[in-house]
Amino acid sequence: MKGIKLRRYHAPKYDEPIIMEMGVKGQRGILVPPAEKKIAEAVGPAADILPKKAQRQTPPRLPEIDQYHVLMHFLRLSQMTLGMETGIDIGEGTCTMKYSPKVHEELIRLSQMVDVHPLQPESTLQGILQIAHELESFLKAISGMDAFTFQTGGGAHATYVNACVTRKYHQERGELGKRTEVITTQFTHPCNAATPATAGFKVIILPQKNGYPDLEALKSIVSERTAALHMTNPEDTGIFNPLVDEFTRVVHAAGGLCFYDQANANGLLGIARARDAGFDACHFNLHKTFSSPHGCEGPAAGAYGVTEKLLPYLPVPLITKEGDKYHLDYDRPRSIGKVRSFYGNLECIVKAYAWIRSMGPEGLRTVAETAILNNQYLDHLLLKIKGVSRPFAEGKPRFEQIRYSLQNLLDETGFGTHEIQNRMVDFGIQSYWLSHHPFVVPEPFTPEPCETYSKEDIEYWATAIEQACKEARENPDMIRNAPHSQAVHKIKDFNQAEDADRWAITWRVYQKKKNKR
Amino acid sequence: MKIGLIVNPVAGMGGRVGLKGSDGEEIHKKALALGAQPVSPKRTIAALEALQEIREEIQLFTYPKEMGGEEAEAAGFKPEVLGSIISGKTRPEDTILAARDMAARGVDLILFTGGDGTARNIYDAIADKIPVLGIPGGVKIHSGVYAANPEKAARLIIEFMKNPAGISLRSAEVMDIDEDLIRQDRVSARLYGYLTVPHRKGLNQASKAGSDPSDAVHHDGIAMEVINGMEKDTLYLFAPGTTTKAVTDKLELPGTLLGIDAVKNRILVGKDLCEERILSLMAENPKEPCKIIVTIIGKQGYLFGRGNQQLSPAVIRRVGKENLLVIATQNKLLSLENEPILVDTGDPELDKSFEGYIPVIIGMGKRMVYPVSR
Repeated sequence: MKGIKLRRYHAPKYDEPIIMEMGVKGQRGILVPPAEKKIAEAVGPAADILPKKAQRQTPPRLPEIDQYHVLMHFLRLSQMTLGMETGIDIGEGTCTMKYSPKVHEELIRLSQMVDVHPLQPESTLQGILQIAHELESFLKAISGMDAFTFQTGGGAHATYVNACVTRKYHQERGELGKRTEVITTQFTHPCNAATPATAGFKVIILPQKNGYPDLEALKSIVSERTAALHMTNPEDTGIFNPLVDEFTRVVHAAGGLCFYDQANANGLLGIARARDAGFDACHFNLHKTFSSPHGCEGPAAGAYGVTEKLLPYLPVPLITKEGDKYHLDYDRPRSIGKVRSFYGNLECIVKAYAWIRSMGPEGLRTVAETAILNNQYLDHLLLKIKGVSRPFAEGKPRFEQIRYSLQNLLDETGFGTHEIQNRMVDFGIQSYWLSHHPFVVPEPFTPEPCETYSKEDIEYWATAIEQACKEARENPDMIRNAPHSQAVHKIKDFNQAEDADRWAITWRVYQKKKNKR
Repeated sequence: MKIGLIVNPVAGMGGRVGLKGSDGEEIHKKALALGAQPVSPKRTIAALEALQEIREEIQLFTYPKEMGGEEAEAAGFKPEVLGSIISGKTRPEDTILAARDMAARGVDLILFTGGDGTARNIYDAIADKIPVLGIPGGVKIHSGVYAANPEKAARLIIEFMKNPAGISLRSAEVMDIDEDLIRQDRVSARLYGYLTVPHRKGLNQASKAGSDPSDAVHHDGIAMEVINGMEKDTLYLFAPGTTTKAVTDKLELPGTLLGIDAVKNRILVGKDLCEERILSLMAENPKEPCKIIVTIIGKQGYLFGRGNQQLSPAVIRRVGKENLLVIATQNKLLSLENEPILVDTGDPELDKSFEGYIPVIIGMGKRMVYPVSR
């Protein structure tokens, strides 16, 4: 691309030990002062508060290390990674890595947020309940649903709760015994297969036909055993299924429920609503579309919404309004019960609320239109690059993200998506994400240029892909040995991730496995 | 890296002259008489030329003359030539000897040019002990051991050497069709066994939540699903393949990999059965329900008609379509690249009844609907 200069970048690199290997005996972070006399007398020894059985016999084997060195350690680690706000994060498709306004971080640090406790009487939590209640009304308008819960702590949690609601719905109708199957599609997020399975359903996956879920396959399998359909639209590929209302019609005719996974609704805001496509329930990831934001930068919230007929089953408590007072309604005998402590991740709710308020109805539609427009521009740039292709649904439009393939590059050069992925980080941007499992599109990558990226960002990202593809032809070692400027240059043996004897997620397990070898 | 090179000089010669294979001296003569030209030398040289960038790092072992020596030299390699042959009269036994000699020299990989007959010979010699990669040169290419073309074979070898992290080894089916029968317009492919083949990861790794569990994990889930659903006093016929074998393994029954086994009440009541034995087993209790547990065989995706002909139309009709349990890993279904599952029992009417969609068990409590065609 003309006029785009790929940045020179090098990650800081520290030969940093694991914190468990650090520290010196006797070093400490904080000296906790003794309690004041009156408090000590009133409360008694702190250890007595814990039941005997819960008390440790030996102290934990933690490293003894002072604050300063803990801070240095973690700052070094953070410098050795790429953050979405130091590099363009277009590559993480389906994750909706948009820029989230910093002023919203200020809101959740206000005293009204940090100094309240969920066990306070509801009369003293009116402000926060009002925000949640009003956010619910916004999401109702956006989706067409009749009620939402914010208890669900993430997208997969919301799909799981939907499976639980489905179970309860059929149970009340005396049909749970026979309605044992949940249907999903190949390009719907895999949690839509996993969570109904966890809830006790059998799962049936529909294949795709030229990029669209196969309607005839649905008709062949739908029956009195069908409990629900879990699907998304547009799917992971960015392809919008124009027959979506036919899918919900077929499943409803068989007596099943229809759930719309709207984890990423960035291309739909103000354009299409779940209810109008015939769905009985849906969810939004506040941390994606609603900017609360996504990833390790904050907690998540999978707002789960339903139509009237499923409302009785929503988890407790629901936030209700009587006159000008807000209440936490626990008296809901048909509810599936509690699915998480308290009322959900309030900081997500506040930030999503602030984001919607700052956008306004017109703004929301502009978000979707801009995200789609950005995607068309990136698509235009990427398809000009030799080696990149866009499988399925030839000539059909894509929404806000696209799953591309580097199979042609692999055929031509022997380098595919893993090698190009390794090279991307050398240009100071996040490595891209490939695909959900399974890899239906060969050698996949899935960018999503959200509305907050500039024209130049999109050009920069496409240029990085173009450069890497060019190097695959002209300078194979550059690609083969990438990344060159990262803190970690290359994972020596990728297969070890599949060998349980060779990885550990805790220090204790690591020691155990290491000693065993 | 030590590489063994085996060229089947007569592979592929039958193809152009319509002979559906080149096995056997008579057919070979017939092919020559019809003006057949050798296919494999050119394809081998193309692959070796694409290996130029790592030529210095390869220690090449091969067999004399047209079995690899000539091709290697034409591509600028200086191979160590093992064994001896009668030029112009090479036999399947030469392939077997070559593979054994190379194994004895400790090669890291055997590269061969040929078809299913050649793959079978190599399998006979070394089973799954050494990675093998085929350059498709034969008429019959039903096995899963080949790279798509000579250039891709070379690229796979370069990455196998330079970037082993990007390559995994998997078991691939060795299939062969009985050439006498195919010449009479009857297809009868047998599953001979499995070779270890380098494979570029892609279809089966790096999902968002981390790495994908290996096929062994999926096989285990499939086996659990089948076993949980097994009913009393029902005759289960297990078709060939690693997926069905995973179920008998889980049942701790000594089932066969390549034959049809019968299980009732978790007891093995028949092993490596032919059609006649299956029918007589079913005739013992005519009213007893019977089910077939079958997987997809071969890269073309056959459910019936390849590798499991013992499950004849008569057997399938007796069992009934509704009593079929089709099992396969999702990766296997994806490897069909959107092409339907195929049925070719030899009974067109029966085949027609399969057209449409079939649920395939892909894991514990998990099915995928997949199109079936004739």
